[in-house]
Amino acid sequence: MSRLLDVNNLKVNFKTYGGEVKAVRDVSFHVDKGEVVAIVGESGSGKSVTVQTIMGLIPMPPGIIKGGSIKFQGKEILGVSKRELRKVKGSKIGMIFQDPMTSLNPTMIVGKQIAEGVIAHQKLSKKEAKIKAIEMLKLVGIPNAEERYNQYPHEFSGGMRQRAMIAIALACNPELLIADEPTTALDVTIQAQVLELMKDIQKKTDTAIILITHDLGVVAETAQRVIVMYGGMMVESGTVYELFENPRHPYTWGLLNSIPDVEGPEKKKLIPIEGSPPDLFSPPKGCPFAPRCKFAMDICVEEMPGNFEIGEGHLAKCWLNDSRAPKVEQVFAREEEKAIAAGSEK
Amino acid sequence: MVERIEETGKAHTTENLVEIHSLKKYFNIKKDVTVKSVDDISISIRKGETFGLVGESGSGKSTLGKTVVGLQAPTSGEIIYNGQNVLQLDKETQRNVNKEMQIIFQDPHASLNPRMRVGDIIAEGIDAYKLFKGKDRTNRIYELLAQVGLRPEHAKRFPHEFSGGQRQRIGIARALAVEPKFIVADEPISALDVSIQAQVINLMEELKESEGLTYLFIAHDLGMVKHISDRIGVMYLGKMMELSNSDDMFRNPLHPYTQALLSAIPKANPRAVKRERIVLQGDPPSPTAPPSGCRFRTRCPHAMEICALQEPQWKEVEDEHWVACHLY
Repeated sequence: MSRLLDVNNLKVNFKTYGGEVKAVRDVSFHVDKGEVVAIVGESGSGKSVTVQTIMGLIPMPPGIIKGGSIKFQGKEILGVSKRELRKVKGSKIGMIFQDPMTSLNPTMIVGKQIAEGVIAHQKLSKKEAKIKAIEMLKLVGIPNAEERYNQYPHEFSGGMRQRAMIAIALACNPELLIADEPTTALDVTIQAQVLELMKDIQKKTDTAIILITHDLGVVAETAQRVIVMYGGMMVESGTVYELFENPRHPYTWGLLNSIPDVEGPEKKKLIPIEGSPPDLFSPPKGCPFAPRCKFAMDICVEEMPGNFEIGEGHLAKCWLNDSRAPKVEQVFAREEEKAIAAGSEK
Repeated sequence: MVERIEETGKAHTTENLVEIHSLKKYFNIKKDVTVKSVDDISISIRKGETFGLVGESGSGKSTLGKTVVGLQAPTSGEIIYNGQNVLQLDKETQRNVNKEMQIIFQDPHASLNPRMRVGDIIAEGIDAYKLFKGKDRTNRIYELLAQVGLRPEHAKRFPHEFSGGQRQRIGIARALAVEPKFIVADEPISALDVSIQAQVINLMEELKESEGLTYLFIAHDLGMVKHISDRIGVMYLGKMMELSNSDDMFRNPLHPYTQALLSAIPKANPRAVKRERIVLQGDPPSPTAPPSGCRFRTRCPHAMEICALQEPQWKEVEDEHWVACHLY
């Protein structure tokens, strides 16, 4: 598989009145051609900032790129001028945002917004662009595409607006599609439609997707690889199977434990992660999750853990994976037992 | 009380805390345009249970919740609380009934006054009903803060100093301040992060036990609704589509809409057997012009001729399992 995107040691800060926020701290990952990579994490974990940096959407100031590199198809796109960025990235990366109402232009008919990109990047005439735009509307499953071409965003429903956003992002046949919480604002039945559509298009066009979400269900159903972010860092990454079946970071355990089991017959008590996310003005010296971690050891507070390689492409940033630490599986199993016991008591 | 056809059927040994009979709430948004947000709904909420109410945006679930606690006057219908017809009570008794019914809102950022200190926000109900004064009032605030897992020093702070999860705890403390019996929780966790959602849900479950509360839990996250609810009602465009206990609903959903809703939940298991997902076509129709007959028929995979002509009856198909659909 060929490498499409390579992010290495990315660090992004924001200047605010309260000081500098370390939003992204040393993030490295890659995306291959045609694969779906999910990034999960809570608000403030740095997931949106990471992808916005890839898109060159971070306003500077207040944003400051502290270091790292982002290579798209082998070419550096971090820190280059806007004009150069456009040349390298051009129409090859598309993005879908969470809220389709605020990311579409309310004073412009939807069709024109799709055609705009096509005219700029593919050098089509206005007429050809209109045909292409209608074709895209049909592709994303909007009925009466010819009629819808001339309508404004407010005449579309939430789900249709998100479809229109997808049509804009896909109109130039991008190699990489970045979807930042594309279904969070939608109802479940509409979410199902949009996810099916994205999967469908991904299969047809072999576009790679970076999917940002906080819904682990969405991750399990769509992604091949997962990156878990916390406090501006990647705390664990691996294939979906590795991550759901052999998670090695207590934060990942916490995430998996705090979602209710829809299929199980009996009611298990939810095990929440206590406390709240770290303050990124002055992040802790050691592991960012240590203050909320049930298994925190002395070293966790003192020193930042490295990336422990658990298996092929499975990394976990947690001291529990050190050979000197207590056995992780045992700790996890014991906790599960306790949880089950606590649940049955109830 | 007058004999009437109860949607929950025969007399139950369990006592109903809240009964809603043929409740309607219409909004006139323009001349000649009426939105029937809640259209002829009858449900009973039993003492001590958590009644989950699910539906998509625009289904009328929040309107129903707000109307039940008296934040809005219904267009018609009856709300019976503890055997009393709330709408026909004199002002004084109504005020006391309202005290026992509280609501927790969805957005903890918008529902707390940013210019009030947390202590005063929590004490709003205490002050309105003149329950405590001076030192007792302060102590009561501390007690409430402790109940929801916050510290006494938080009383002096302002809402912006708190995270989303903590703000939702403040909202819960405010609701608890007047010792309610019945709480409507209107999407209390939708705005929170996953790890924080579980904290709030666990807190709500603990409080239900310790305070003997009854919940009407409104949400669109079916997983959480199943987790917390004893019975679940499914709404679509102002109508109740299905009602049963939560296990039955998930094991044996009868209404095609419920089936589609359940199959739309993404499962957090990458090896889950690839089910035939029922992907509904189209969007919910505009609530200003709902379809004739069954309101779901325009998106229903099983729609028949009769569905357009006649509104399906609300009937008990299995024991305590109600549905409004021509298939049954």
